[in-house]
Amino acid sequence: MTGTTARRGALRAPYFFLLPATALFLLFFALPIGYAVYLSFRKVEVSGLGLGAGAREEVWAGFQNYTDALGDSELLDGALRVLGYGCLVVPVMLGLALLFALMLDSDRVRFTPVTRLAIFLPYAIPGVVAALLWGFLYLPDVSPFHFALDRLGLPQPDLLDGGPLYFALANIAVWGGTGFNMIVIYTSLRAIPAEVYEAAKLDGASPLQIALRIKIPMVAPSLVLTFFFSIIATLQVFSEPTTLKPLTNSVSTTWSPLMKVYQDAFGKGDIHSAAAQAAIIALVTLVLSFGFLRAANRRNKQEAAR
Amino acid sequence: MSTLAVRKTRPAAGTTPGTAQGPPRRRRTALVPTLTLALGALYCLLPVVWVVVAATKSGSELFSTFTFLPGTGFTDNVGDLSAYRDGVYWRWMANSALYAGLGALLSTAVSAVSGYALATYRFRGREALFNVLLAGVLMPPVILAVPQYLLLAEAGMTDSYLSVLLPQVLSPYGVYLARIYAAAAVPADVVEAGRMDGAGEWRIFTRVALPMMVPGLVTVFLFQFVAVWNNFLLPYIMLSDDEKFPITLGLHTLLEQGANTPALYTLVITGAFLAVLPLVALFLVVQRFWSLDLLSGAVKS
Repeated sequence: MTGTTARRGALRAPYFFLLPATALFLLFFALPIGYAVYLSFRKVEVSGLGLGAGAREEVWAGFQNYTDALGDSELLDGALRVLGYGCLVVPVMLGLALLFALMLDSDRVRFTPVTRLAIFLPYAIPGVVAALLWGFLYLPDVSPFHFALDRLGLPQPDLLDGGPLYFALANIAVWGGTGFNMIVIYTSLRAIPAEVYEAAKLDGASPLQIALRIKIPMVAPSLVLTFFFSIIATLQVFSEPTTLKPLTNSVSTTWSPLMKVYQDAFGKGDIHSAAAQAAIIALVTLVLSFGFLRAANRRNKQEAAR
Repeated sequence: MSTLAVRKTRPAAGTTPGTAQGPPRRRRTALVPTLTLALGALYCLLPVVWVVVAATKSGSELFSTFTFLPGTGFTDNVGDLSAYRDGVYWRWMANSALYAGLGALLSTAVSAVSGYALATYRFRGREALFNVLLAGVLMPPVILAVPQYLLLAEAGMTDSYLSVLLPQVLSPYGVYLARIYAAAAVPADVVEAGRMDGAGEWRIFTRVALPMMVPGLVTVFLFQFVAVWNNFLLPYIMLSDDEKFPITLGLHTLLEQGANTPALYTLVITGAFLAVLPLVALFLVVQRFWSLDLLSGAVKS
């Protein structure tokens, strides 16, 4: 093979190598998104009694599906529920993850291989199974908490209703996500060179001071990363409430915005308003996550400039 | 390359900088961190221990005996579960293994070839393409799954194995990890040397670069395996024939039927216990091969 053909090969090769990914992206990401956007601007018009061929006709709807969705109280309620749920999940989960990561990284701590693996273990358990396990632990007939409260003669709260339901659902997410985030934070803690601490230690700084003044600021980028992914995951909560639904009447079919989308698309068969709602959720996700990333970047730059 | 057990050289415990070092002396355990972690571990193990114990209980023991007291019905429970609708449970397990195994394998292959191309070559549109692929991570799955369902319905492909397998082959996260890893593990001069020897680009990739990328690809495979195994939404939307259900969806339907019939509780619980086993076993066996450093982008060659 001559030099020129080899070079030409090197020019074409990346496009050839990226062909499968590009094709899959177009088929399973771009095309569905485009189709969803198209559907969101359409609606079905029913003439007469809606019977017979030609009685149902698909027409342009403009922004009608969007205005309907924004005025839909079920969707708004779902969004507020997820907001409350997210305000519980994200700070508690990341707070615990950071705490455990700092503890793993401290001196003279024992049994870390076992405890680290145990805390990471829930990552291996599907969300559906996690919700199922906790669901049973919340169920008065089988729950050890109710058993203990009963023996102590204390009142037993219904964990699957009202306010406690938020904590019950948040607990499932915290349980499932803490270990993974802990490992991400811990990994970046381990990447801090030991010399960084030495000066502080010689100056007599306590472990708490070292954690607050040195370690946490140095792992800020991975905190940003975990926060980013946690927001996205929270907005998309679906399988946990769906799994708990058979165990309680308090989880409606439209508990979270995604459940509402599913319900409208497949329960009611109204794919057009479902598509508009899905587009709104996607937009909110993008705005929130990029807004957060920008704010985090700006702070980092300010700190670097200082 | 470091793994879940991240190593770093630090002054060994028991040596204080600046003091004369006598014979190594055992330092007492730091109580606060050790106890905090033990509590965390306890919290994380609680539901797992519960399901292990509950799976051993017969239907009547489940409601009458203390929660963490083992019962006597484990073999009966497994027998009942296997007998349920002619062993459909094991069919769900096999389906999950197929979806996750084959899906993760295909996904790793696509990630490897894409990540390698993005890391090694400089070409027009590289960053644009990479960013577009990554944006896929941000798309809520249901936003994709509903139109994916409608489009596959047009093609007459819903309610098939392919309808669950194909949409999960491209993993933006996998491409991202593979790119980072290829950039760190495949030196440019090795690729150049291959060209000097007259090897074609594809040959360089399969013979030279791929073996170097294996440790990173193991991580990609495991992430994708877990992601597919744990996926609920996509099969929930795509499938209606329960012979094709993965285990997550199967357990969900079992719970839906069993919620009002406490007699089915033992089946659900035993099913959940058995469903957890494969992934936990996988974790315990391969955790040393996971390079989680990749997650935070902290790869050093």
